[in-house]
Amino acid sequence: MNMKTMITRLGTFLLIASWCTAVQAAGGATPPPKLDWSFKGPFGVFDRAQLKRGWQVYNEVCSGCHSINQIYYRHLEQIGYSSEEVKKLAAEAEIPAGPNEDGETHEDGEVIVRAGKPFDKIKMPFQNDAAARAANNGALPPDLSLTTKAHPAGVDYISAVLTGYKDPPSGYKMNEGMYYNAFYAGKQIAMPNPLSDDAVEYVDGTKASAQQMAVDVSAFLAWAAEPEMEDRKRLGIKIILFLIVLTSLLYALKRRIWSDVH
Amino acid sequence: MTAPTWKNPLVKWVDTRLPIFTFMHHDLIDYPTPKNLNYMWNFGSLLGIILVIMIATGIFLSFNYTAHVDLAFDSVERIMRDVNHGWLIRYLHMNGASMFFLVVYIHIFRGLYYGSYKAPRELLWIIGVAILLVMMATAFDGYVLPWGQMSFWGATVITNLFSVIPFVGDKIVIWLWGGFAVDNPTLNRFFSLHYLLPFVIFGLVFLHIWALHTAKSNNPLGIDIKGDQDTIPFHPYYTIKDSFGFGVFLIIYLGITLFTPNLLGHPDNYIRANPLVTPAEIVPEWYFLPFYAILRAVPDNFIDIFGLLPVIIDAKTSGVVLMFASILILCLLPWLDRSKVRSAKFRPIYRQLFWIFLADCLVLGWVGAKPAEGTMLIIGRVATFWYFFHLLILVPLVSKYEKTRDLPESINASVLSKRTEIQVPAE
Repeated sequence: MNMKTMITRLGTFLLIASWCTAVQAAGGATPPPKLDWSFKGPFGVFDRAQLKRGWQVYNEVCSGCHSINQIYYRHLEQIGYSSEEVKKLAAEAEIPAGPNEDGETHEDGEVIVRAGKPFDKIKMPFQNDAAARAANNGALPPDLSLTTKAHPAGVDYISAVLTGYKDPPSGYKMNEGMYYNAFYAGKQIAMPNPLSDDAVEYVDGTKASAQQMAVDVSAFLAWAAEPEMEDRKRLGIKIILFLIVLTSLLYALKRRIWSDVH
Repeated sequence: MTAPTWKNPLVKWVDTRLPIFTFMHHDLIDYPTPKNLNYMWNFGSLLGIILVIMIATGIFLSFNYTAHVDLAFDSVERIMRDVNHGWLIRYLHMNGASMFFLVVYIHIFRGLYYGSYKAPRELLWIIGVAILLVMMATAFDGYVLPWGQMSFWGATVITNLFSVIPFVGDKIVIWLWGGFAVDNPTLNRFFSLHYLLPFVIFGLVFLHIWALHTAKSNNPLGIDIKGDQDTIPFHPYYTIKDSFGFGVFLIIYLGITLFTPNLLGHPDNYIRANPLVTPAEIVPEWYFLPFYAILRAVPDNFIDIFGLLPVIIDAKTSGVVLMFASILILCLLPWLDRSKVRSAKFRPIYRQLFWIFLADCLVLGWVGAKPAEGTMLIIGRVATFWYFFHLLILVPLVSKYEKTRDLPESINASVLSKRTEIQVPAE
């Protein structure tokens, strides 16, 4: 067996090994269409204006039911808000203030609240899972911090589900309180269609069509899941370039050192 | 080989009391290595480096990780988001595990191709199988720590395998869990073991290298070293060759880590563990898929067909037995393969069987990723059968009847004749 065939066969091995993991089951739902995201590919970066619009959609629509537990208000500086703007955004939320000087957390049966600060987590819509279920017909709206990493199709899946509401095909048996969505596993989802045209009024004046909002909030969630992505790719380009130079030099050195053996 | 004389007085002082510098000089610099090793021999030292990378990144992760069912998932996310370069360390560790297995599998198949398991390297090979087993245990423990859905359900499936042990199986599972289900005590002990086992691997690697340096390296021709003309010192020849190989490896490893870090992981592990929600498919990491396919290959009525012990051994039991046997059987390989010729280069039939066996293992991996039903189940059964048929029947038979090609006279003669071959067309 010569070296060349061996390397070809090794290459095939690598390909198949990586492919094996890529073919994991997706659960009978329609595969989501692949959209063109600004952050795709090794050089892709987030579109800050889009992330801000996405935050607005999350804040005004999604946050009614969905928490985003891994994100703090201070993180919003990363998507282009100034620290002053972040302070203002945080202050709009009412956060449980914790025990007062008398050791009380409630007053007249209501939680004592204070204005949010940048170091607070983004405010949760419900106190706990049980409260969330009680308010949502028994269904639990999932936390949105990692949604794009938690599905094989990633960000394409999120935007497809958000725009995938249709009337069920005739004769399709729907369960009580469920909505038809071809992109969702099992094709029945407990979340009603969350987006309709002009559900928010974008600060930057962009026309808020349902499609636009779906794409914007999906991009925002992609950032929320991988806030390190831009740093990672930037570092990657530097490191790979460095390694190519280093490895070439090592190869030249290897040839030289071995010249008296071959 | 003569012991080096040390000029530095401190080095000399230490070395006369504890000859650690002589030892290192002997095994890392002077070590006489066959001069004809090809790039398939790069993977051993590479594995040593990966082990160090895994231990180093792992220690930094443990600084920030919390082994508690309520906090583990968030502590990993905190590493990813708020710890300085935590995402880098975590992704390096996560993808490092995949690279570790990819490289160890290449290393093992290299040994299978060139007959590196044969005398006098049987013990070296068996220690290698032991390293693989401990690596698997370590990787499995580590995968549980982020406490995502696959962590939890993977732990549930794998620990349940021990319930097939006769009479005491159920008690052993409870003992492993530290309770009546996979829960906080399980996570705690898995963290503890995940920290301990890499050092066990480290010790085994030491033995592996010791045995290697006693028997000396095998080579692509599979013939013995006959004298000094067959060897070159490890340094600088193989240190530079291994460094170059390490560079190529880093490009692949860091390319995956920095551009597509989640390619080899399962998305479900970014969902917090929930004992009340079973994922649609419970799939292990890619490097366990061939074994997972073997585990699921045995049909429920298989034993009944032969009318043997249908009560004691069920499908689950036989699956578990086969899965562990698939690895342990490798320990017997030096005695199953009776051929005196090591390298498949000179074994025309074994060489073909080798490539079929490699393909068979890849098919098992592919089947392991799919739901166990329909055609997949049948392919999985055929592939499982072939795995054992190859090792237990074909290898002994072929080694007995195969007509091998003539071996070259020596490593040096072969290298020299190759040189003339290359030079002829240039004239």
